[in-house]
Amino acid sequence: MLSQDILVVGGGLAGLAAALVSDPQLNVAVLSKVHPLRSHSVAAQGGINAALGNNPEGRDDSWEKHAFDTIKGSDYLADQDIAELMCERAVSTIYELEHLGVPFSRFPGGVIAQRPFGGAGFPRTCYAADRTGLVILHTLYEQSIKRQVKFYNEWLVTKLVVKDGRCLGVVVYDLARGEVMPVKARAVIFATGGYGRVYQRTTNAFINHGSGIGIAYKAGIPLKDMEFVQFHPTSLYDTNILITEGARGEGGYLVNNKGKRFMEDYASSAMELAPRDIVARAIQTEIEKGNGFEDEYVYLDLRLLGEKKIKKRLPGIREICINFAGIDPVEKPIPIQPAQHYSMGGIDVNAQCASIVEGFYAAGECACISIHGANRLGGNSLLDTVVFGKIAGEEASKAVKGSKELKDDEKMLLDEALGMKKKIQEWQTKDSGERVHRLLNRLKVIMSDRVGMFRNKKDLSKAMEKISEIRDDYKRIYISGQCLRYSQELVNIIEFDSMLDLAEVITLGALNREETRGSHFRVDFKDRNDKDWLKHTLVTLKDGKPRVSYKNVNISKYEPKVRTY
Amino acid sequence: MEYIFRILRYDPLKDERPSFQDYSFRTEEKMSVLEALMDIRNEQDSTLSFRYSCREAICGSCGMVINGKFDLACRAMVDSLKAPVIVIEPLPNLEIQKDLAVNMEPFFDAVHKIEPYVFSKKQVLEKGHRIEDKEMDKIFQYINCVLCGCCYSACPVVSRDEKYLGPAALAKLYRFIQDPRDERPFSNWSRVNTEGGVWGCDTVFKCNEVCPKEVRPADGIEALRRKLVVEKIKRIFRFKR
Repeated sequence: MLSQDILVVGGGLAGLAAALVSDPQLNVAVLSKVHPLRSHSVAAQGGINAALGNNPEGRDDSWEKHAFDTIKGSDYLADQDIAELMCERAVSTIYELEHLGVPFSRFPGGVIAQRPFGGAGFPRTCYAADRTGLVILHTLYEQSIKRQVKFYNEWLVTKLVVKDGRCLGVVVYDLARGEVMPVKARAVIFATGGYGRVYQRTTNAFINHGSGIGIAYKAGIPLKDMEFVQFHPTSLYDTNILITEGARGEGGYLVNNKGKRFMEDYASSAMELAPRDIVARAIQTEIEKGNGFEDEYVYLDLRLLGEKKIKKRLPGIREICINFAGIDPVEKPIPIQPAQHYSMGGIDVNAQCASIVEGFYAAGECACISIHGANRLGGNSLLDTVVFGKIAGEEASKAVKGSKELKDDEKMLLDEALGMKKKIQEWQTKDSGERVHRLLNRLKVIMSDRVGMFRNKKDLSKAMEKISEIRDDYKRIYISGQCLRYSQELVNIIEFDSMLDLAEVITLGALNREETRGSHFRVDFKDRNDKDWLKHTLVTLKDGKPRVSYKNVNISKYEPKVRTY
Repeated sequence: MEYIFRILRYDPLKDERPSFQDYSFRTEEKMSVLEALMDIRNEQDSTLSFRYSCREAICGSCGMVINGKFDLACRAMVDSLKAPVIVIEPLPNLEIQKDLAVNMEPFFDAVHKIEPYVFSKKQVLEKGHRIEDKEMDKIFQYINCVLCGCCYSACPVVSRDEKYLGPAALAKLYRFIQDPRDERPFSNWSRVNTEGGVWGCDTVFKCNEVCPKEVRPADGIEALRRKLVVEKIKRIFRFKR
């Protein structure tokens, strides 16, 4: 049986960061359902935050101010000690990335360039034009080639195997060979990303099914704050491809069909650079009031930036607009609408990225520590992946070095793999029933219509019913094609099980949380209620049912205040 | 509008040779070839295999040949092909694993061979390197590369000489040499001073033509050649002195 000291699942930024810092004496591997460079981190555009103070307008910046902005942006749901930890490490993290070869854009004098981003008191977002995710992912991949990190590409984890509160390894489906097998591991780090495809409109890659989060949940690990779903204000109308916040950071305006910069009605001081939850709701409100175009979108106007600046700072955005919308932003405004973008919630882990299951860690978007609370600031997710990916790798290394290898755990792994094989056989032997893409389409519509940006009890309750109906239908799922090699249908069937769980946990958390905080907006409870709800939601699977409990937020320095921008 | 998608199918474990299979496909919407393929897979034939991820031409998964043109399937729009029959083939020069999914390993091996990372002896600098933006601009063209493999597949030299590193790897090497932070010794990069390296290029510029990200890898190969020659001459003169 394949056996690893540390098995990192996911080859995006958090996964590669974890692998790179893991103790080189240990047998470490990265396992990913796609080649690491195809991970969704590659699509990050606008930048990564750190209080370098390189921008002339950011001279007075400090990591403490970065931490405060993060906490305020989170609508005070972030654990303050964790937000501080991340922001304190941000500066050295950027210089380390720069040292490894990340080609950041520069200011005169040769220092790393920084642009303004939403919800930030100072311009502190470091960038490489608008391809920051691409260059950081490629750089960490380059480093893992240098370090000869072992990769298992195009392997999908189907199950996390846990015995007596200890992680034993995983079961995987190898796409190229079409086979299921167990992988033993003394420590497993999930860096499996988000679940954007649970929603109809999302900026996320087609592969972002979020199954990693669902698999941890199935293994009995609580999910935290899952009701907090970030909708990005500016996705390209129709395809919902991300149009970076950097476009507004560089000076782009949002305008409605009356030609008005409507943000003045919603955040008169920060305007377009208010946090994402506020800007996204403002756009959606304008559209619903009839101030949009075709009742679907508003305009993001970059023309005032001029051709030179657009080509220099936002070349990727220009390329996307030309390729996918037939619009050159130099000449025309960009039609945009909000779309699901990021999960603030995730697998419940502590500051060491460790979960309640010994030997199981999580980092990046799939994890919730919690840094981003009820709303993440732009530019903080790349930072999160690298800072906490490293912490996960270091902590897992320490734990493995300090523990003994278990001897008699192979049987359970083999049994679990056999169980998966049997399940696949069952799906294969049926020649009629439900098709997975149809179920997914139904689920997406429910999530977008009823568990979207504006929520209420009636819709959320209805969504719970509908999800449960789809869960019943999922029992009749079958594989229509007989070849199991490179079977995307099988991948989708396996991952859909997780998507159902995620949809349920998101909806349940949203239904219970009778207040409005950050991204979670309840039309029937429009105010933040710190007395009753300044707490993290935990949902744990017990006896096949989700159980809800709550956990206090760490408030160290900053007393919750009303957010104004 | 009604289309015929003529897709090259091949399962090396079952089929003697690749063959085309036709699928009729109807759409009135503006959609990408990738979305059409997904629809065909969902509604007509779930055994159809192909890779994809980001759907926005940044991850490099879905390189293929569409009506004779190398492209990422996610950025090729069905209607803009302006043809009732759309022929889709996997990337050539690479072994087919299944249908449109090819074995990318030889391509990545070539990239890895040039040691694609910044060589640096220094510790992390407290305030980072000072590099002017115009220095970074020199490599920006090359860092657009998403390693999709289109150039490698289209390269006539790769198809006849499997030892040839190919356009993406050589252009990437140039990206590192041009990086002011890179302290790679001449002995390292002069290893491409061979037929399997920069002198293998036929200068037919197929790579520049097919690159979906406008990297123009051949610019890098040509620049490497010039740099090699200059370095050689410099070394001769230094030796004489």
